Amino acid sequence: MRLTCPLCGPRDRREFYYYGSEDYLNRPGPDAGIDAWDDHLHLRDNPAGVTRDLWYHETGCAQWLRVTRNTVSHEILATELVAERKKGPAA
Amino acid sequence: MPELIAKTALEGRAALTLATTTLAEADPGPVTSVALFPGQGKAAAKALKPLGLTFPAPNRLVEKDGLRLVWTGREQAFLIGGPAPDLAGIAAVTDQSGGWATLRLTGPAGAEALARLVPLDLSEATFPVGHAARAPLGHMQAVLMRPAAEVIEVMVFRSMARTAWHEVEVALRALAARAALT
Repeated sequence: MRLTCPLCGPRDRREFYYYGSEDYLNRPGPDAGIDAWDDHLHLRDNPAGVTRDLWYHETGCAQWLRVTRNTVSHEILATELVAERKKGPAA
Repeated sequence: MPELIAKTALEGRAALTLATTTLAEADPGPVTSVALFPGQGKAAAKALKPLGLTFPAPNRLVEKDGLRLVWTGREQAFLIGGPAPDLAGIAAVTDQSGGWATLRLTGPAGAEALARLVPLDLSEATFPVGHAARAPLGHMQAVLMRPAAEVIEVMVFRSMARTAWHEVEVALRALAARAALT
């Protein structure tokens, strides 16, 4: 598996650290209520198909990436820098 | 302040020539991290102009009169070989001198020696003069540079200097042994 770092180019998966769902980018407000926080912290989709998650380019440029990939075909569809993303969940 | 004696990480280690390629420690002089504040690209370009330098694009280095600016991350570069200009308000400037060890491979087998250690093609064709990269050397976060033809420089954290030297030395010994067979 290879991920294309927007800065460094295509790199081996072992250069990256996997964090988890992109849900972690969308933090609820401090007074959003217990259900929103429960959802944010614990509830995850488990799609057969396209999913987005966060990877850290640990032994490269030390940037966080949002990776769009397909869990069925193992295709990597897109990678983008978290630092330069548009705010809010991806369409 | 007491006067401390500055020593490089591998002080006193003799250069090693194997497979017509020399492994040596380089003393790069001062190393300064320049991390741009958001939106300060133009101001940085202006501040660097008197030095004859531009802020390097990702995976590149620029060099002028012994002063080198090498890309090390998003909107971050290391200024190597001289004092940093005044970048107040433009970039976070931190002294990294002594925090890194630099190994220099000079000769035709440099890329081949690093082939098993670095998961990148470092041959002249894909890593020509002026290129740089952040990539692992084994499991060590390294800065790789090609400042001249047949020269590859590797920077690793100072604490890993001897490990890095050992890894590259073993690779060179393997290449030399293989060459001796033919």
